[in-house]
Amino acid sequence: MDQMQFGVFTVGDVTPDPTTGRTPSERERIKAMVTIALKAEEIGLDVFATGEHHNPPFVPSSPTTMLGYIAARTERLILSTATTLITTNDPVKIAEDFAMLQHLADGRVDLMLGRGNTGPVYPWFGQDIRMGIPLAIENYALLHQLWREDVVDWEGRFRTPLQGFTSTPRPLDGVPPFVWHGSIRSPEIAEQAAYYGDGFFANNIFWPKEHFQRLISLYRERYAHYGHGTPEQAYVGLGGQVFMRKNSQDAVREFRPYFDKAPVYGGGPSLEEFTEQTPLTVGSPQEVIDKTLTFREHFGDYQRQLFLMDHAGLPLKTVLEQLDLLGEEVLPVLRREFAVNRPAEVPAGPTHEFLRSRAAAAVTV
Amino acid sequence: MHSVKLAVVTAGLSQPSSTRLLADRLAEAVRVRLTEAGDTTVDVRVIELRGLAVDIANNLVTGFPAPTLAEAIETVTEADGLIAVSPIFTASYSGLFKSFFDVIDNTALAGKPVLIGATGGTARHSLALEHALRPLFVYLRAIVAPTAVYASAEDWGSGTENSLAGRITRAAGELAALIRHRPPAAAPEVKGVVPFAEQLAALRPA
Repeated sequence: MDQMQFGVFTVGDVTPDPTTGRTPSERERIKAMVTIALKAEEIGLDVFATGEHHNPPFVPSSPTTMLGYIAARTERLILSTATTLITTNDPVKIAEDFAMLQHLADGRVDLMLGRGNTGPVYPWFGQDIRMGIPLAIENYALLHQLWREDVVDWEGRFRTPLQGFTSTPRPLDGVPPFVWHGSIRSPEIAEQAAYYGDGFFANNIFWPKEHFQRLISLYRERYAHYGHGTPEQAYVGLGGQVFMRKNSQDAVREFRPYFDKAPVYGGGPSLEEFTEQTPLTVGSPQEVIDKTLTFREHFGDYQRQLFLMDHAGLPLKTVLEQLDLLGEEVLPVLRREFAVNRPAEVPAGPTHEFLRSRAAAAVTV
Repeated sequence: MHSVKLAVVTAGLSQPSSTRLLADRLAEAVRVRLTEAGDTTVDVRVIELRGLAVDIANNLVTGFPAPTLAEAIETVTEADGLIAVSPIFTASYSGLFKSFFDVIDNTALAGKPVLIGATGGTARHSLALEHALRPLFVYLRAIVAPTAVYASAEDWGSGTENSLAGRITRAAGELAALIRHRPPAAAPEVKGVVPFAEQLAALRPA
């Protein structure tokens, strides 16, 4: 595997196609997500990540079920999430589900933790949104412990205490999955990621880059503070959103109705204003390459780039065409260009094999 | 020589607008009061919300300001004092006026001296200043001058005692005093990082 990992992430929205008015069924959408994951492996991407939601119009409420199915049908793809809700899921169940998935997928598993942005999900799962940050901190502290200690005695504020509890199966090869902490606005989460030496992921969509630069530089600085390495060695992941056609004008013409009607974009600035002010790229493969390469200038050399390719009601056929363009025209150039002048001490994107050798080295020392 | 930055936000919609007229009168009166001792210069920046209407609506939708709006917000948050004037629509400030303050961080105006003003067709709407504008700025923890200035159509033709001109002078004196006695502006509050060990410790059961 190359230095940087590239992949796709999906929120799993069921959105009517604004050009036809047609809404896919839940079954169609779920199967489409699987098809996109298989396609991701076929075109040479490294990662597929699914969101987690517990309300319509989203389908992915059960990420490890979907990822387990994809694991059985792929060979190399790393299966991940964007994001797993650390606030409203029981950390014990996260520990169990993802360790199980790790064994089934032969280690091709990591996960991204997030707090979730849908207010009612907290009360639906018996929690209080005002405790979002404390829940993320306490739940992850427990998850971290469950994956590293065979027998856990634990007592906290938000969950029933544990006495003599062993989370099974134990992580594959004794190495827990790599964890990314995703946040769009909270310095506390950047601090959490830095403290544990975990990765930090900025979704890098919908907002101007300056917003994410502040969080990432805080994370890098605190990563070094906690003695995990230099700021440049911290694990940074970024999102991005693109729509491309060979010809730039064709991309703009085809994507505009989706942009104008998209639940997250519609009714606001024009497509042109949005592409100018945020990382969204709508244009030719070369424009996608140029914009993506600027991320490195803004955020430093990083480990993982995920693209959002399939939302706003885009039909599966179009998404697969997008992935073909990504694989044929964009990915080879990005891999080559990102490798140019990448300092040797900047780590590659994390894999199970890397974590296993790092753990072995730590034991030897 | 001491330099004071005075931001003026006006939500008038017509051209020319009586809201802008009142805002300019207030700004000039404050400038005169601040400069009369000869030791201060005043930099007045007027923000007409009409020209930012689309950017403000877009910010409500996207969650971030376009560059022109970002500049206007910075002018307001970095000023030493603020004059905020709205026309009274349907018993309150205009929606545009409220939306502008909705897209500013709700801690950014804390401690800032503010003079509020409003315009309307008749004097019957004048208490909107007290039941709408003043609570808005109190919520934002701004320091609001005691005198709020309301100008109705008839005020522009009156010349008697307790006139519009008198209220402007009194309000301007109050804002000038608040600006003059305001402690030097602290550096913008950077959200400090609470070290992680402290965040964890705070959650440990007693």
